[in-house]
Amino acid sequence: MAINTGLASLSEGLWTAATGTYMLAVVAYTGEYAFGRNGRIAGTAAAVKHVVNAGATVKQPALVGAGAPIDPPPAPAGPYGAGIVTKRDSDAGRRWGRIAVLLTVLGALLHLACVAIRGIAVDRVPWGNMYEFTLVVGLVATLAWLITLNRMPQLRYLGLFVMMPVLVVMFLAGTLYTKASKLVPALQSYWLAIHVSSVAVAEGILLTSAALTAMYLVRIRFEKGNLRRLTTLGARLPSAASLDKAAYRTVAFAFPIYTAGVIFGAIWAEAAWGRYWGWDPKETWAFIAWVIYAMYLHARATAGWRGRQAAFINLLGFGAMTFNFFVVNIVISGLHSYAGLN
Amino acid sequence: MYLIRRLWRRLTSMRTAIVLLFLLALAAVPGSLLPQRPLNPSKVDAYIAGHGAWGRFLDRIGAYDVFGSFWFSAIYLLLFASLIGCLIPRIAVYARALRAKPIKAPRHLDRLAENATLSTALAPADAARRAAADLRPRWRTAVREEAGATTVSAEKGYSREAGNLIFHISLLAALILVAIGKLYSYQGSIVSVEGTSFCNRPISYDTFHSGRLVDTGRLANFCIDDLNSFTASYRADGSPQQFRADVTYSTGVNGPAKRDTITVNHPLRTEGDRVYLISHGYAPTVTVTRPGQAPITDTEAFLGEDQNFTSEGAFSFPGADDKLGSDLGLSGVFAPTAQITAGVVTSVAPTVKDPVLALLAYTGTLNPTGQPQSVYSLNAAAISSGKLKQVAAKNLALGQTMTLPDGTTVRFDGYKQWASLQVSHDPTQVYLLIAAVLMVAGLLGSLAVRRRRLWLRITPGSDQQGTGRSLVAVGGLARSDTGNFSAEFAAVVERLAAALDSTGGPPEVAAASPEPLGAGRD
Ligand code: HEM
Repeated sequence: MAINTGLASLSEGLWTAATGTYMLAVVAYTGEYAFGRNGRIAGTAAAVKHVVNAGATVKQPALVGAGAPIDPPPAPAGPYGAGIVTKRDSDAGRRWGRIAVLLTVLGALLHLACVAIRGIAVDRVPWGNMYEFTLVVGLVATLAWLITLNRMPQLRYLGLFVMMPVLVVMFLAGTLYTKASKLVPALQSYWLAIHVSSVAVAEGILLTSAALTAMYLVRIRFEKGNLRRLTTLGARLPSAASLDKAAYRTVAFAFPIYTAGVIFGAIWAEAAWGRYWGWDPKETWAFIAWVIYAMYLHARATAGWRGRQAAFINLLGFGAMTFNFFVVNIVISGLHSYAGLN
Repeated sequence: MYLIRRLWRRLTSMRTAIVLLFLLALAAVPGSLLPQRPLNPSKVDAYIAGHGAWGRFLDRIGAYDVFGSFWFSAIYLLLFASLIGCLIPRIAVYARALRAKPIKAPRHLDRLAENATLSTALAPADAARRAAADLRPRWRTAVREEAGATTVSAEKGYSREAGNLIFHISLLAALILVAIGKLYSYQGSIVSVEGTSFCNRPISYDTFHSGRLVDTGRLANFCIDDLNSFTASYRADGSPQQFRADVTYSTGVNGPAKRDTITVNHPLRTEGDRVYLISHGYAPTVTVTRPGQAPITDTEAFLGEDQNFTSEGAFSFPGADDKLGSDLGLSGVFAPTAQITAGVVTSVAPTVKDPVLALLAYTGTLNPTGQPQSVYSLNAAAISSGKLKQVAAKNLALGQTMTLPDGTTVRFDGYKQWASLQVSHDPTQVYLLIAAVLMVAGLLGSLAVRRRRLWLRITPGSDQQGTGRSLVAVGGLARSDTGNFSAEFAAVVERLAAALDSTGGPPEVAAASPEPLGAGRD
């Protein structure tokens, strides 16, 4: 099968559309963040949660009706919750927020179409080079964010901090652009689908975790009474405790997937290169990132290492993973030379 | 003795495990940034040559073989010891916990973060039994009588610790298996031209490595009887589409001949060994006819130097034993689809369309020192010292001949393809895979399961309204990953209320926790 160039250029157009939509979404999230007051009372996450749940059921029929995958779970609106809802809902920030979510959903659909059509155009899984892989990681991060929103609508006003990195990822994909092409024989294996997709999913989730951790670090400084310029951002963030918990749970979710992804890689390496592990630079850095995340999980369970120390370990792990993707692929390059950039 | 015990305690503490994990990650970094001998020895030599004393210092501390260095092994072994040291007591504790009853209810349930009170028309003992029965499918329960009250203790999430132990034990097993694998594995590689054969013996291979406990006299018994053909196919845009080697092989002493195709992701698996297709190239054939002698035909593998297989190699034709300096050497460049610019041959496509063999002919002594030397080039020292003298040069198209000053003719007859095959053996692989699967399964159990404790204290006829109904105090504790414990607790309380309600009016649910029960369930 030849490459379908018409579909390939359609996919490229969809990249532009998705990136543009995400950009607008970021603008709208910024609007919500700037005009909304959510953040101020977010200190007690539980209280806000009930308020938002109730508000969403009562006041967001349009959004839910439009088939957006963000219908919040129906929660009985207690008298305490409902009272605040009416007041909060007149908030301009709320409108911005809803627009932002709509744009995120639209962007994600365009993004999904972009990836899927690329796959159809080249008649294989759409993650055969760095451009495609980056697009998939961005898609996973966006979907992870939408799922989080579905579960915890009260976090919506943090969209800026999630979608901003996603936007960066989209632009990065643009700079890594590779013409639609078929796979070299080394990549012609069903393990490409299994190994790369599991690693991409794990990395997308770990990206979210790193964003949460960065917010956590800002927030604890704020809670400690440090009011320097950057730290005052913390006023609007959820409590340090809930950010920390969310960061932990995302790692706890992604770590087994990442572990499995690395094991799939080893199984593939056994079939392709004659050994399951050979300390190729890519493998070495996958090992380093894995060990650092294991360290993070241990630190979270050890008195004296929780909190800031654990947070730094989380960021270090993300750093190792990012290094593995960019520096190892582009600068070091070993057997895993699938970048498609040369 | 005391000191040893203290050291051991220190080594097996969680803090040490964290530090050792960090050191392990850190120690692996140079392994990716510096050239590594097991991966690329010539790069290491170049690096040392280019970095003077610093390069030699790195060599002394084993930085070019990080994963075989003493310091990497030291960290690895310490972690190993730490892991064993922390696992043994944890297994013991877990075994005890499995047999033990859930622990007694604390005196003040209302001081737990999650608590509630219910009332029921049932007598305390009945209520306790019913509550325990309701909880039992997922909780382990114990009903106890204390002065003036009946208590129910319930606990769930035991498989979290089980998962965690399975993960760490499998990890330990995996590390051991890797080490055993090193001792019992071997690997040989060979450049095999179409139409040739080899057997799985150390002497067959161009390079052969084996673990310390491999009996090299008794490797898996099989032979590749014939590399029938190697095929590389390319797409219209010149990108490679498929590489495949068709082989005939046999096992044992008298095994029947079997055929198989080896492609990049599909090794031949036989007798516990795997035969991989690693790389490929062209092997041109020449016929040399010396004056007054029988013609000699030779095919030599040439190494591809670029994507289009501009390939370099050499032919060696030793002269008569009694005539020193009568050797003939041909150094060549082969281009499957040749383009000749200013006399220099390069290939412009990886497939064969217009093959050219450019030859430099030398006579003299091929190997003056008698040391082993590359088969892909002539001895450079012999050429520079004048022991080998260039006598002719010509670009030959298929079938063309060059004539040397002494009347010797060299004809470019054709070409074959070669495949480089690698034979690998590691008896531990399958077990390692099992350990890896258990690791992931253990992790899932460990990270997805949550540990919870729940207590009920039921006192007779003591609810606030004086109705004579029994008062049920409920308290809950999250022992790991609190998650959404408030909501979980609220749901359990609601279930208990329903279970204890069957004989009387609606249960009165009075919430003592700050948030309204029933709200925020998601
Ligand atoms: C090769 C080194 C090790 C690796 C890769 C490793 C990995 C892990 C991982 C991924 C977890 C997360 C599971 C969970 O949170 O439940 C974990 C948990 C744990 N590990 Fe390790 N581990 C290692 C060594 C050790 C050692 C040496 C100890 C003891 C000193 C230890 C004690 C624990 C404990 C107690 C937990 C449970 C933490 C919790 O409750 O969350 N581990 N380990």
